[in-house]
Amino acid sequence: MIQQALFLLLLLSAITFFSKNSKKIVRNIRLGRPENRSDFPAERFKIMLKVAFGQTKMAARPIPALLHFFVYAGFIIINIEIIEIIIDGIFGTHRIFAKPLGSFYTFLIAAFEWLALSIILACAIFLIRRNVIRIKRFFGVEMTAWPRSDANYILYFEIILMSAFLLMNAADYRLTQLTYGEALSSAAFPVSSVIASHLPESTSSLYLAERFFWWLHITGIFIFLNYLPYSKHLHILMAFPNTYYSSLTPKSELNNMPSVTNEVKAMLDPGFVPEPGSTGSFGARDVTDLSWKSLMDAYTCTECGRCTSECPANITGKLLSPRKIMMDTRDRLTEFGRNLDMRGSEYNDGKNLLDDYITREEIWACTTCQACLKACPVNIDPMAIIIDLRRYIVMEESKAPSSINNMFNNIENNAAPWKYSASDRLNWAKNS
Amino acid sequence: MDNFPSTDSKNEPLVVPTMAELAAKGQQPDILFWVGCAGSFDERAQRITIAICKILQHVGIRYAVLGTEESCTGDPAKRAGNEFLFQMQAFTAIEVLNSYSIKKIVTGCPHCFNTLKNEYPGLGGNYEVIHHSELIQGLINEGRLTQADGESFKGKKITFHDPCYLGRGNKIYEAPRKALEVLDADLVEMKRCKSNGLCCGAGGAQLFKEPEPGHRDINIERAEEIINTRADIVAVSCPFCMTMLRDGIKHFEKEPEITVLDIAEITAKANNL
Repeated sequence: MIQQALFLLLLLSAITFFSKNSKKIVRNIRLGRPENRSDFPAERFKIMLKVAFGQTKMAARPIPALLHFFVYAGFIIINIEIIEIIIDGIFGTHRIFAKPLGSFYTFLIAAFEWLALSIILACAIFLIRRNVIRIKRFFGVEMTAWPRSDANYILYFEIILMSAFLLMNAADYRLTQLTYGEALSSAAFPVSSVIASHLPESTSSLYLAERFFWWLHITGIFIFLNYLPYSKHLHILMAFPNTYYSSLTPKSELNNMPSVTNEVKAMLDPGFVPEPGSTGSFGARDVTDLSWKSLMDAYTCTECGRCTSECPANITGKLLSPRKIMMDTRDRLTEFGRNLDMRGSEYNDGKNLLDDYITREEIWACTTCQACLKACPVNIDPMAIIIDLRRYIVMEESKAPSSINNMFNNIENNAAPWKYSASDRLNWAKNS
Repeated sequence: MDNFPSTDSKNEPLVVPTMAELAAKGQQPDILFWVGCAGSFDERAQRITIAICKILQHVGIRYAVLGTEESCTGDPAKRAGNEFLFQMQAFTAIEVLNSYSIKKIVTGCPHCFNTLKNEYPGLGGNYEVIHHSELIQGLINEGRLTQADGESFKGKKITFHDPCYLGRGNKIYEAPRKALEVLDADLVEMKRCKSNGLCCGAGGAQLFKEPEPGHRDINIERAEEIINTRADIVAVSCPFCMTMLRDGIKHFEKEPEITVLDIAEITAKANNL
């Protein structure tokens, strides 16, 4: 009874705390500017299935793709086991699905055990890649102490969770073996039965061990769930909505700002009546000036660095790193949301995404080549943020680099980005 | 597209009709050739423009250019953040295009192509827009370009540099390669090709400014990759890439060994135009 009460308390607090933090994230994403990304639901659903569920974009790098697939498939499938754990926890039962499912249960638990083992191995290799081989992609200016620790914590966590699961099974198997003979089929425990043979024959300590690892496993899961909102690991949830709401237009297409269309039409035609609802500043200075989708992108980023490793500016040593753009946006948005919670909407901390987080040198280094968009396994668009920041610098501040201003002047005065007269446009035909 | 009566166009001088001239005669071309600013003013890119015109004339497509009525699409302004200037340019260009009832456009530049094709429809400019690589691919497929009786590229090693706004941007990877596949040349791909293609460094208005400090320029990085393929010719299909890659190859003093040619120039040479 005490165990059941304790479990219920733990379950409810885990859910309450998680939903509180989830609501904050949804609220923060909604601080962004509106943008319609709900059209063509069937096409969107297909993209989500392919990119998030099917992980098609991971395939570009086969080794991490395979390892990642084990962890991903393992976690999704092993989560079925959590249903049993929760029912057992609430009602004080033990392996409630074992009898009704029969041999299928044996198959399931056996599959879970193999998956758990492959997750442990994959995570160990991931740790080696990050900390021993030190793959370049996991480093860079934005990969400061916290992001690097965050990545390691996630991997340790997964290893602990899966070990607890296997040790729980091992103790349980050994215990039933000693008490009832072969009550539980050893076929269900392909991995843990190997561990079990090394366990002592004391039933009381085996019982304690089973309980300990059962609790460690489920408490670990609850803690892990509540770690997600603070971590890059949130991608396991965000990947799905983020790919659903991906842009359906060609990567090279930039949106035409309706607020500008209004003004330009009014300039060209004095009789033009502007459409309502499109005022405010042009471009983005802070996170709330960005589209909500850019903010969702920021929460989805798991800092894998595929974007940065393919960015031509970054490859050639420029300050720009698309991953940093995403991490800065999330950090600033988290800060903005925290200010909102603690000091209310009137408070202004005097900080902005532009300059306080992302420098102008980074923004101007982008060639808009879209390699980062292509590289991202969850369809994040760092270029949209870069362009919105440029729009603010140019249209609100008029502070473009002087050579860019010269180009603007040339287009304005002679309809070409260079200083040539429009009347000379056809000279090539005369000289041919 | 109607064929003009078959003539031995190879010996005819190049005639570049303008929309204004055709309109005065009450004629409408099958396709408008949008030359672009680089193709109009840049001396090197002008040769690409002329090659495209020669191809059009050779196969007998009735085309025209806007000439002095053409203007910048606004692409570099938009990518540099000046949406005002972009839309001003766009509305002006759309007005000209619509006044001539233009239905189909071929561009000599992937940036113009992307802007006209993807960004103009939302502002009232609806046209069928193709890039010159698609034009050439179509003509080869229809058997109207043979690539046989002109300059031989046999035994030449050629690599193709994908422009971002044609490749990644609009997923056109095969059209420009078609012009090379029919040459009987030795085609090599760089490691970073197609959707993984490395930018030349010019896009997003970079062509108009000095690069930010780094350990090298992007076109140098790309030129090194080109040199490592041991190619004799690097084929491009964008005037910006042309400028950047020529500078990159010059940087390594490799310009006698490696020539940068647009696929239109290669096609024109192969057809003895």
